[in-house]
Amino acid sequence: MNTKGRFGKYGGQYVPEIVMPALYELEENYAKYKDDPDFQNEFHTYLREYAGRPTNLYYAKKLTEHYGKARIFLKREDLLHTGAHKINNALGQALLAKRMGKKRIVAETGAGQHGVASATVAALFGMECHVFMGAVDVERQKLNVFRMKLLGAKVIPVHSGTGTLKDATSEAIRYWATNITDTHYIIGSAVGPHPYPTIVRDFQKVIGEEIRTQAKEKIGGLPDYVVACVGGGSNAIGTFYDFRNDKSVQKIGVEAGGRGEKEGDNAKTLSGTGQPGILHGAYSYLLQDPDGQVVEAYSISAGLDYPGVGPEHSFFKDTGIAKYVSVTDQEALDAFQRLSEIEGIIPAMESSHALAYLEKLMPETTEDQSVVVCLSGRGDKDVAMVAKALGQEIE
Amino acid sequence: MTRLEQKMAALSAAGRKGIFIYITAGAPDIETSKRAILEAEKAGADVIELGLPFSDPMADGPVIQDASVCALRNGMTTKKELAIMKELRAETDIPIIGMGYINAMYHYGFEKFVTDFKAAGMDGIIVPDVPHEESGEMRKICAAHDFHLAEFITPGTTPNRMKETCVGATGFIYCVSNNGVTGVKKIDYSTIGQVCENARKFTDTPLAVGFGIGSPEAAVEAAEHADAVIVGSAVVGRLLKGQFDEAMTFIHSLRTALDEKYGK
Repeated sequence: MNTKGRFGKYGGQYVPEIVMPALYELEENYAKYKDDPDFQNEFHTYLREYAGRPTNLYYAKKLTEHYGKARIFLKREDLLHTGAHKINNALGQALLAKRMGKKRIVAETGAGQHGVASATVAALFGMECHVFMGAVDVERQKLNVFRMKLLGAKVIPVHSGTGTLKDATSEAIRYWATNITDTHYIIGSAVGPHPYPTIVRDFQKVIGEEIRTQAKEKIGGLPDYVVACVGGGSNAIGTFYDFRNDKSVQKIGVEAGGRGEKEGDNAKTLSGTGQPGILHGAYSYLLQDPDGQVVEAYSISAGLDYPGVGPEHSFFKDTGIAKYVSVTDQEALDAFQRLSEIEGIIPAMESSHALAYLEKLMPETTEDQSVVVCLSGRGDKDVAMVAKALGQEIE
Repeated sequence: MTRLEQKMAALSAAGRKGIFIYITAGAPDIETSKRAILEAEKAGADVIELGLPFSDPMADGPVIQDASVCALRNGMTTKKELAIMKELRAETDIPIIGMGYINAMYHYGFEKFVTDFKAAGMDGIIVPDVPHEESGEMRKICAAHDFHLAEFITPGTTPNRMKETCVGATGFIYCVSNNGVTGVKKIDYSTIGQVCENARKFTDTPLAVGFGIGSPEAAVEAAEHADAVIVGSAVVGRLLKGQFDEAMTFIHSLRTALDEKYGK
């Protein structure tokens, strides 16, 4: 086995030959800039001045009282510019693309958060931006589609396959392959061929690093649990990575249980029926049929319905570094409303999955413990969809 | 010598260019795809690329994506592809190379895949989502079974990389004509022509140029620096539209144009 870019046996570079020179170029440039003080300084300046880092580790007193067990802290990625953690990675990759002399950015998006983040950084750095989005998602995330257009991006609806995130990802890769010399592909999650999973994780690991520092002050040590939702898994890997060697910190990834156990009714890649396989450049757990055809994932949340998962999560699962569970659409909807009512914070539907797991986790905890939930994004974009799910129409 | 090697040697001896025709197994339906393969040979194809449909064909453009969706709807599975391969081999000696994505083969078991398809009469395989870096084990397995595994070169492949990827290549080398995915479009073939010329320094393995070829004129241009052309979307598109005869007439027109230009 080629060991480059592997997390245990997972990862790799399963892409058409046409893409290989671009991966080498990216790998070389990333190796050069990763430890370059100028690059890191510029990245962290933008994170601070433009995106709004560090984000608060907010003690959710009322939610804590609601459960009456461990103290609950929310890592407020939802307060970042553009409303989700996606901006961390988009800023890092756009700065990298700029140094590589690329003129154009291509991105895929599911819920639209990564598309908005990419469109934002493209506007900021004066680059052209093409965002591929499944036609189904274009329909259910109209607000974000309009935001991207306002930011000057071209949004291309993808009708091929099932018209969701996996098809948008394939189409973004095809576009990239066609425009490989002047275009950088900002992949939105910790997925794809090496070096992407590593790059995305490195640009997101600031989440966990900040939690560690803030926990010292607010918790007086390490948290007992860190919980994050997992679609492709970028906010989760960003949250978990800094704690990977801390055995006392339980890392829990929450996948979308959707509407049931049937094939095509959920996105339980790690916590359900997924088996190792190869999609979009990496060997990782994958929802697939007995013939190795990729099965469409489903979730009420457009950011979680991806049939694959970042390869490092597959490694974390097999080695027990993290544990992966799921909650249903309904449980996530309940959590969406619960946090809104109790804390006055409207969470993204994706993040609501992590919050929903508190129902199961909190009874097992004790009052002297603490739980950190990564509130990866804000829920404004989901309000119309949630209203519909609750039987109300808003325009 | 494998069927493919014999065919390429015969073409070369006659000073002719080869025609590889790609047809998706199971699209527009199983029977038509089989009939199309047999008729393509009569129309002038030298080699068949048997497309094994995958749900997420990353290297393919819209036509072959549609054919894949169609074939999977028609219930194609690796087992059915194997059955089709056996049936074809009972009727023709034309070299047949499979073209499919790694996940389906990995799931079936790559060595079992090679063993079973070789036994069924397949001559080799193209796996467009596995670059040389990741194909080490596969190359060993294929070599042990005398089964070709295509290497790729593209306009972006540097001479250093060719040295590494082309040296051990057998059967043929897939030369991707342009940046992008499969599908008919206007292309400047001089770029890949230069790449082919570079590749000749490292290998005697026949070079087949594919991606984008949609007319006899394009085939003639593409063939200039290569030993063969690969045509897929232009044929599959016609088959999907129910234009079976037109697809065969088109293949015949490629044959005529190439033979007129490069001698018969």
